[in-house]
Amino acid sequence: MSKLYTGAEIVFKCFEDQGVEFIFGYPGGAVLPIYDELKNHTSIKHILVRHEQGAGHAAEGYARSSGKPGIILVTSGPGVTNVVTALTDAYMDSVPLVCISGQVPTHLIGTDAFQECDTTGITRPCTKHNWLVKNIEDLPRILHEAFHIATTGRPGPVLVDIPKDIQFAKTIYFKPKKEKKLNGKSHNNFNQKQIDQFIDLIVKSKKPIFYTGGGVINSGPKASESLRELVRLTGFPITSTLQGLGAFPGEDNQFLGMLGMHGTYEANNAMHDCDLLINIGARFDDRITGKIDEFSPNSKKIHIDIDPSSINKIIKVDLAIVGDVNEVIKKIIKTINKKKLNLQKSNKPQTSNWWEQIQKWRSKDSLGFVNSDKTIKPQYAVQRLYQLTKNQDTFITTEVGQHQMWAAQHYKFNKPNRWMTSGGLGTMGYGLPAAVGVQIAHPKKLVIDIAGEASVLMTMQEMSTAVQYHLPIKIFILNNQYMGMVRQWQELLHEKNYSESYSEALPDFVKMAEAFGCKGIRVKDPKHLDESINEMIKFDGPVIFDCLVDPNENCFPMIPSGKPHNQMILGPLDKKKNKITGRGKSLV
Amino acid sequence: MAKSKSAYSLPTKKEKTDTHIIVVWVDNEAGVLARVVGLFSGRGYNIESLAVAEVDLKKNISRITIVTTGTPQVIDQIKLQLRKLVPVHNVADFKRDDKNVIFREMALFKIVTKKKQIKKCLNVCENFNPVILDKTKKSVVIQITALRREIDLMSIKLKPLGLVSTSRTGAVAMTRGAEFFK
Repeated sequence: MSKLYTGAEIVFKCFEDQGVEFIFGYPGGAVLPIYDELKNHTSIKHILVRHEQGAGHAAEGYARSSGKPGIILVTSGPGVTNVVTALTDAYMDSVPLVCISGQVPTHLIGTDAFQECDTTGITRPCTKHNWLVKNIEDLPRILHEAFHIATTGRPGPVLVDIPKDIQFAKTIYFKPKKEKKLNGKSHNNFNQKQIDQFIDLIVKSKKPIFYTGGGVINSGPKASESLRELVRLTGFPITSTLQGLGAFPGEDNQFLGMLGMHGTYEANNAMHDCDLLINIGARFDDRITGKIDEFSPNSKKIHIDIDPSSINKIIKVDLAIVGDVNEVIKKIIKTINKKKLNLQKSNKPQTSNWWEQIQKWRSKDSLGFVNSDKTIKPQYAVQRLYQLTKNQDTFITTEVGQHQMWAAQHYKFNKPNRWMTSGGLGTMGYGLPAAVGVQIAHPKKLVIDIAGEASVLMTMQEMSTAVQYHLPIKIFILNNQYMGMVRQWQELLHEKNYSESYSEALPDFVKMAEAFGCKGIRVKDPKHLDESINEMIKFDGPVIFDCLVDPNENCFPMIPSGKPHNQMILGPLDKKKNKITGRGKSLV
Repeated sequence: MAKSKSAYSLPTKKEKTDTHIIVVWVDNEAGVLARVVGLFSGRGYNIESLAVAEVDLKKNISRITIVTTGTPQVIDQIKLQLRKLVPVHNVADFKRDDKNVIFREMALFKIVTKKKQIKKCLNVCENFNPVILDKTKKSVVIQITALRREIDLMSIKLKPLGLVSTSRTGAVAMTRGAEFFK
């Protein structure tokens, strides 16, 4: 007869078989049997966070920078409700997470027991799938299924709720079976005919553009390589969503920068005027499209996505290809080579007018800003940070707000999985714990959280985690004392009524760093910025960098609400150059 | 143009909505109905009626029939989102005016009245297979199977005859002819 294992042992046996190395978690009454078992499994290291939300975001940072699922272990009740924000965040941004939560013993479920909550009910809308394990015999199957669902198709978070008596109960363990299809949900559903149609469209197009997103990153580093090959093969311009940054080199001439609400002038105008829009792994999010009726009105649209429900959800497309980005692009390249289409040559004269137009838009220099030698401009701080860190393989996380957009605009990424930001849900407080997770996955690399002072205070307690595990994360705070993006919208849309967006009392971040047992650096003079950044990079340990920036700076360019892509507000630099057309005036 | 005060775009042109019947085959497991219903409420889709029961005892499969209204785009989304749910095996969708599909709802009417009136009640229902399930000196319980609007009409007609309580199911659907799903 096979050996019997307890539920707690089975959890770890499954982790071992799934190649888990790190768990982010926080113990509590209902998961104690699992924590008790931890000591018997030396290949798995537990990272003790200070708040369960931190565990969730750290697991996200780990997953997004490594391509492996992030593992969370929390207790029942408040343990699991605290992780809901991170699960929702991961669901929106398609990050694979496996969350194991403890639950009160089965006979107490439904009695309002101590630290009981309806975990599967609460997490049902923010996970791809979840389970309450009521019979120990189901546990091995459910755990393997959980890993399978989290990591295949469009990735996402899953949760397994394990009552305490199930953690003690015993059953037989079996290893995961390979290639199990769940209710026939296959992910590659495209055919050669669609690929031929794709090629037909790109051959005919005169004003094409690639619009790529997080799906390319999620498809693995190979997908980015394939994308680069395809973009070079066609010679077409490419723009990227916030989540897709790094899939194509940020400093390449074919790259037009990020698109959308705070995207570049050239990227948004190209999206509006193009005759062929090729969406690869993006989802026509409302921060991207602006006004739907006037979104890219004259283009044929192609959409490549692994999730069939993303297609025609917001924008109707002419050609939909459902499949894994890398598989689809590889097939396209293969077909192009087979047909011996010398696209680069044959397309060049066809798209040369288009490129000329793009150069005209580019010459606007929409990311330009008026620099100062008295105060540090936040854009300048990000630019300097980029210049001083680009010689090494740097990982950037962010919080949410103006600093996030400035980071996306001014920090250039050359590799995928180097950029971790909360895009869909927009979770302030994401960046610091995410940096913890990234540093765990890449212990020798430079990991920087570009932060705002308001966001970073939401999960500041995780500095303690960073100190405990000697994680040399750098928290680069662009401190303007405002919830900057809120202030900007209030300035532009609410008659400068700065309702509750100013933080009257802020901690002394340098002293705070010292209290946590790490290093604090403050800089407020632009002359000292470079030396301070270098000091931060050189320091072997966690650093909180308090960069005091101009509190009144706004993030431009910007598409105002309800406007199409070709009606952007440009920054003050443009108004200076071009007083008559100053599009911004209508709104400011 | 009025200045927008929101960082979100304004709702745009509205398309015509249609009534559809969505049939979903699911694993009969704990929470599956909550997943399906939660998807509708969470994404703002509408449920007019719902009928669910296990149809395959061996494979543990339930059949859920949902009547909903939406624009073609919304109906497409409903189907695609439903297919993403792990316990969902298959999804089918019919327009309510589809001639190839039979729809039926069942209703139970309790009528409290004089004995003489009962005959009258049955006459009113005669086109909809009335079955008397219970009869006393003062009351009768009648079962009818019909379409939604027909049952609506019956309720109105029976009201003056002493209808005191109505209980009805959601619509169930079946295609005509020899074709079937799966």
